[in-house]
Amino acid sequence: MTKDENNGGIKRMVNPNRFGIERIAYLLMRLTGLGLLGYFIAHVYETSNILRGRMGWDDFLAMTQTTEGHIFLVLVIGMCVFHTGNGIRIMLGHGGVGVGKPARPDYPYDPASQNYRHKIGIYSSIVLAAAAMMYGMAVMFGE
Amino acid sequence: MAQVSSTADEQAPNLLSTSKSVLLKISRFNPESDDSSKFMEFSIPYQKWTTVLEAILDVKKHFDHSVAVRYSCRQATCGSCGMLINGKPRLACFTKISELDSDVVTVEPMNNFPVIRDLAVRFEKLFDKHQKIKPYVIRDDTELESDQREFLQSPEEVEQYIQFANCIKCGLCNSACPTMATDSSFVGPQALAQAYRYVADSRDKGNDDRLNIIDESHGIWRCHFAGSCSQVCPKGVDPAMGIQFLRGYLLGFRN
Ligand code: HEM
Ligand code: SF4
Ligand code: FES
Repeated sequence: MTKDENNGGIKRMVNPNRFGIERIAYLLMRLTGLGLLGYFIAHVYETSNILRGRMGWDDFLAMTQTTEGHIFLVLVIGMCVFHTGNGIRIMLGHGGVGVGKPARPDYPYDPASQNYRHKIGIYSSIVLAAAAMMYGMAVMFGE
Repeated sequence: MAQVSSTADEQAPNLLSTSKSVLLKISRFNPESDDSSKFMEFSIPYQKWTTVLEAILDVKKHFDHSVAVRYSCRQATCGSCGMLINGKPRLACFTKISELDSDVVTVEPMNNFPVIRDLAVRFEKLFDKHQKIKPYVIRDDTELESDQREFLQSPEEVEQYIQFANCIKCGLCNSACPTMATDSSFVGPQALAQAYRYVADSRDKGNDDRLNIIDESHGIWRCHFAGSCSQVCPKGVDPAMGIQFLRGYLLGFRN
């Protein structure tokens, strides 16, 4: 941070305190987006192992059969579900859907755009992601 | 810079029936002479109704009059006294110490604004961006040429934008915005909310102009709908709502 600009910088951008669940959702959306991008690139690399023939493919796939591999996949499941659920909420919001309607503001000025519909969207994305992760764990570790 | 710590009780006889006191930490920084900011601490007596601004003015009056702070109206109208109060952008004149529910009150200059000194920040960028979106009614005919004396609006038409006309240009929204934290070229929630204020005004005919200005790489598309702007706005403007409406309009979802 240069004092000249006094910009909050990345530290301030990723600090989810003080601004409610919406700011936490913003942070999770960024992290899961980047996580999925990383996974996507790794996935393209992984599946290209098929060019090494059956042995190469099986060797690589064996990685996902380890405990670490299972945990990694559980995380990917969670990221996918949250990112998709919250992504649909954000796309609706970005289109101006469910963000309230203009009205004369009155003290204490609770903003209509930060309403229960969007909060429900965020919390249900988190709950769905947790449920999907638990199901994934049950399948992978329950063998 | 020396750390000052003393009780205002002895030195501030004007505050008599005081039952509580709070530790006020004020960020001191002069870009011309200091490398980094330092906090000065003061113990300040307060009442249920004492505002953070009053506490700062108390410090100026009784301990250190060199503390730089900008204020004018003391009633959330001029938009001068925005600062970080316990880490959150708020108006000092509109924030009571008692409502903060803390024994320590830390005041720092708003982020995403260059510091002039201590708590006073530069507003040029905010005003430039505000001006850039053409914050006035645009039309070819003027009131003088028109045979009607004024441009009539129904109460419903007024309701469409009046909320956004409440903006006092305090900059709290720009300070809270996570995009602004890393992109100082971003047009920002204050200006975008004002763009919506005029786009939604039935008298205005300047939409194409204005939408072109915000439809650029550091424009409206950098908003991620984190909503922090709306959560700190002291006038209930709800910039996040205006921005999503504008974007809906640009995307063709809204008329
Ligand atoms: C149905 C599935 C998906 C939906 C509905 C969705 C939706 C979205 C939305 C709406 C955003 C914008 C968020 C914002 O404005 O802050 C976003 C960001 C992003 N998405 Fe997705 N997405 C999906 C799948 C994916 C996948 C599979 C990947 C990875 C390959 C991905 C990577 C990203 C990245 C990197 C970002 C940018 C994050 C940021 O800068 O905040 N998304 N997604
Ligand atoms: S929109 Fe609200 S927070 Fe932003 S400058 Fe205007 S009054 Fe201040
Ligand atoms: S002094 Fe005018 S808004 Fe606080």
